[in-house]
Amino acid sequence: MTAFVRDQWYVAAYGREVGRELLGRTVLGEPILLYRTQDGRAVAMAERCVHRRFPLSQPPTRLDGDRVVCGYHGFTYDTDGSCVFVPGQQRIPRTARLKTYPVIEQDSFVWVWIGDREPGDTLPPRAPWMDSPRYTVVSGMEPIDGDYGLLVDNLLDLSHETYLHGGYIGTPEVAATPITTEVDDTAGIVHVSRHMDDAECPPFYAKSTGIEGRISRWQDIEYHAPCLYLLHSRIAPAGAPGPNPDGSDPHAFHVEVVYGITPSTQKTTYDFWAVARDFALDDQDVTDFLHDNNHTVVMQDVVALNVLQKSLDTEQDGYQELSINIDTGGLAARRILVRMARQSTAPQDDPAVPR
Amino acid sequence: MNPLHPPVLSGEDVYRIHWVLGTDRLLAVCHCGAQQEFEDPVELWDWLLGHPDDHRPAPARKESVTP
Repeated sequence: MTAFVRDQWYVAAYGREVGRELLGRTVLGEPILLYRTQDGRAVAMAERCVHRRFPLSQPPTRLDGDRVVCGYHGFTYDTDGSCVFVPGQQRIPRTARLKTYPVIEQDSFVWVWIGDREPGDTLPPRAPWMDSPRYTVVSGMEPIDGDYGLLVDNLLDLSHETYLHGGYIGTPEVAATPITTEVDDTAGIVHVSRHMDDAECPPFYAKSTGIEGRISRWQDIEYHAPCLYLLHSRIAPAGAPGPNPDGSDPHAFHVEVVYGITPSTQKTTYDFWAVARDFALDDQDVTDFLHDNNHTVVMQDVVALNVLQKSLDTEQDGYQELSINIDTGGLAARRILVRMARQSTAPQDDPAVPR
Repeated sequence: MNPLHPPVLSGEDVYRIHWVLGTDRLLAVCHCGAQQEFEDPVELWDWLLGHPDDHRPAPARKESVTP
């Protein structure tokens, strides 16, 4: 089981999901209520009424202006979590207050800070493509019935594309091409690079870019442990010139794949996925195709990871895995997560470093 | 020597692992400049994270070993 890393920002929702309806999400085991005030500010607080623990995202709980009125007995809370009304009496108990969570809206995500100290100057990592006018984005969220470490493992080793996603994004070259891994242990960043100079073009890119024939395909993973995964994908016709020294790259198509990896409970995870492209920006057919195709790919992962978690649950303690070259980045991520969990302030079990 | 992928991360504590082209071997490069080849990524990480134990700078490199 992968230990939780506290004192971190996590994606709790897309900005579009947080509005005047009450939204409940559980992050690192903490039930959180999200909504938007009348002036448009996203707020997050504990999602359980202090009285009898009624879940405040559930009807008939409602908003009265910016206040939350519990649908069970009417306890009413302000945006700072303070209780402003209890039924049948004047005195409001001193402990009637909901815990609130720091919130930042950035790159179309609503991030919440889960921790025992204040975030101070710490900001969430960036995914600027998500709301850039130079990109068109498709996105969604799928819950996974699995430990978030399984999703980290999955995303850090893209050789699985060849087998699990064959016919979509996988081609033989992905699993067959060596990778380079870089790890900034202090910053908690893992970079895995796989550059294929002459590869088959998978349908995902052939249909969206219109490229016919073989391609140069670069996959550069940038994992900001524990919460954000970026895949910089560069697609160009095989033999086309590479990027210019100034960073411009007119001969290639660029896709930025973004995952917010949010542990919900020990064995459930929110998989926030997005695909941002810098071509065919206004082509709705391309948008629909990429959305549907990527959703299919995400669901292939979700189904596989759900099955894997169920299977792991039947294993005896101390079961063995075997790691090979393709796992170099995933192993680095696991070790960083173990270190970060140990360093975070809440008491944590120290799991053995997975091998 | 096989061509190595150019560095991307620029921090002071960056470990690099190159899959040596045409082989099944991994070349681990510590931030201190020490290098060693491995066939098992678990052993590789044990060595890298064991810095500075058994880390000697590669002969061709001029970086000094971080104490």
